Amino acid sequence: MQLWLIPIFPLAGFLINGLFGRRFSKALVSVFGIGSVALSFAWALKTLLALAPLNTAYSEHYFTWIQSGAFQVNWDFSVDRLTAVMLMVVTGIGSLIHIYSVGYMAHEHGPNHGGFYRFFAYLNLFMFFMLTLVLGANYLILFIGWEGVGLCSYLLIGFYFDKKFATDAGNKAFIVNRIGDFGFSLAMFLIFKTFGSLDFGTVFRQAPAASEAVLTTIGLLLLLGATGKSAQIPLYVWLPDAMAGPTPVSALIHAATMVTAGVYMCARSFPIFTHAPAAMDTIAIIGIATAFFAATIGMAQNDIKKVFAYSTVSQLGYMFVGVGCGAFSAGVYHLMTHAFFKALLFLGSGSVIHALSGEQDMRNMGGLRTKIPITFWTMMCAAVAIAGVPFTSGFFSKDAILFAANHHAPWMYWVGTLTAGITAFYVFRAMFMTFFGRYRGNAHPHESPALMTGPLIVLAILSLGGGFLFKIPEFLGSLFPTLEAPEDVMLMVISSAAGLLGILIAYVMYVVKPGTADSIAGSLGGLYKLVLNKYFVDEAYDATVVKPVVNGSRVVLWRGADAGLIDGTVNGIGTAARAVGGVLRQMQSGNIRSYATWVLFGSVLLIVAMSLSGGLR
Amino acid sequence: MAAIPISWFLTLSAVLFALGVAGFLFRRNIVTVFMSIELMLNAVNLTFITFSYHFKSVDGHLFAFFVMVVAAAEAAVGLAIILTVFKNRSTLNIDAIDSMKN
Repeated sequence: MQLWLIPIFPLAGFLINGLFGRRFSKALVSVFGIGSVALSFAWALKTLLALAPLNTAYSEHYFTWIQSGAFQVNWDFSVDRLTAVMLMVVTGIGSLIHIYSVGYMAHEHGPNHGGFYRFFAYLNLFMFFMLTLVLGANYLILFIGWEGVGLCSYLLIGFYFDKKFATDAGNKAFIVNRIGDFGFSLAMFLIFKTFGSLDFGTVFRQAPAASEAVLTTIGLLLLLGATGKSAQIPLYVWLPDAMAGPTPVSALIHAATMVTAGVYMCARSFPIFTHAPAAMDTIAIIGIATAFFAATIGMAQNDIKKVFAYSTVSQLGYMFVGVGCGAFSAGVYHLMTHAFFKALLFLGSGSVIHALSGEQDMRNMGGLRTKIPITFWTMMCAAVAIAGVPFTSGFFSKDAILFAANHHAPWMYWVGTLTAGITAFYVFRAMFMTFFGRYRGNAHPHESPALMTGPLIVLAILSLGGGFLFKIPEFLGSLFPTLEAPEDVMLMVISSAAGLLGILIAYVMYVVKPGTADSIAGSLGGLYKLVLNKYFVDEAYDATVVKPVVNGSRVVLWRGADAGLIDGTVNGIGTAARAVGGVLRQMQSGNIRSYATWVLFGSVLLIVAMSLSGGLR
Repeated sequence: MAAIPISWFLTLSAVLFALGVAGFLFRRNIVTVFMSIELMLNAVNLTFITFSYHFKSVDGHLFAFFVMVVAAAEAAVGLAIILTVFKNRSTLNIDAIDSMKN
């Protein structure tokens, strides 16, 4: 079936654009950039159609990568239904965003001369690693993709490398992810120690026989990895800053694909998690806490991309709730629908920013509904989907998760429903502040070119109809253990009502009486400040982790260990040699008779020593 | 000859050697220093011959000849150096010749 062709196309695109793109015209760079991903999409589609109905996993062995004693890692790719969903999401959304990027990045010039080809080279490299991640048939291949997408994320967040905040954000993303990757590495070591293999098939066959304590440890370590990559508490802080990258990057990497890698990894490892209930509970609690916490922050943000960034963190929390409650297919379902509507929200906000020549602050927007109608209507589709308005894609996936949450622990359902209301509120707050009322800025808004609106329209259709078009829970039903979570119409009505109520409140506060929001914010005072400043989490991390590490490095490691101990030893040896030399130098007077005296002393000393020791015999 | 004990020869040799050392250390004229070195060499030669005679062995003679050959060569080279030094510096004061140090 030649699965290896799927990731190799974007790799070829990366090499061509990366090595020769400087000499290419923008059109040629676009052809290679889009073409490679489109080919990848086409090949993935052809492969999956040929493999349908894919009841059992299909895998291909290419070569043995590492062979060391009992440790063997093969370069294997494998496709099952979960991989199929991920492949379609990654290559499909990836293709759309590549097309959009051609329009969005068209004006790329200035200090990043050559930014255009560099952008597409990185984006293609990202696609290669992401596809490796989802196709890999063992943890190490998955880990290669995992680290590779992290690298591309870093490169693209810091794409505008002449701006300090962008490079800082890139560093933050990379360093925070190191903590998660540390957990993932430990999990892999423990998996190998326990099962003697990193191969998914081998590990999962043996998982039921392993002790629960070991499986729980593995699960929690994997979860640490997932919280880093998928921006969950406590490691979510990098994602909002990651918005420093170009908007298509936010859509592709930091909303639709890379950040869902943690969810994919947890769903992939379900045989481990199902035998580790404590780890599952931890996932669900972290998920629901993140979902609620990030949603409240999203209410007070004024940067349009920041709103959607916190929204992404919150929605990823939902997916973890699904996975943690044992509804793996619901988590993956929400992963897919979220990829549709959040990619659309980001691309739409990119279109708004493009229309306003770089303005991101929603307080300087407003009234754009008539000026950029296609952007408005497509974003509205995404907004109703994320708000869970009945029969949109978000409605189906969110309810699937909430049913599971209710089955697992009713309080999670209620927190989830409250979060759904808040989600609807902040998304529509953003919509109303951007598109309704009177225009408050100074730019001259213009609708984006067809290259950008085309992908928006496709994604709008998917956001609205995704629930009918793709029945993911049925598709994945045979793969995951079934969860007895009865569909309850009452619960469905309550969560939908929460969403609609959120929209209504936003409408009243930002359209009917535009001053309401400020007066409420004023009356809440301290609480509002707390939320506006994101609960001071960045500041707290700075004080408790970053400062001690930096100061420890500077004072103890640099000044103490490096400059003091290591340099001190080396310099000390030099100084000691010089001091001894200084003393010995006194003998070298340059006076021949003094040398002769030394010789005499020496021979006398020798003779005395010989006489005392009894002479030669 | 038999009446003279070996210790007398050795004492003479030691006295000559000590004179050589003293001359080497305390005289300033290079030529005198050079002569002191010759004196030390010949004191050693005397010791060699004494022992050779005493032990009825030819080894000591061999060494004495060697020392004489070396001393002759050294005298040739050394006197040449002294001549050159005098030509260049117009002095034979050993303390004035310290250009390696300064």
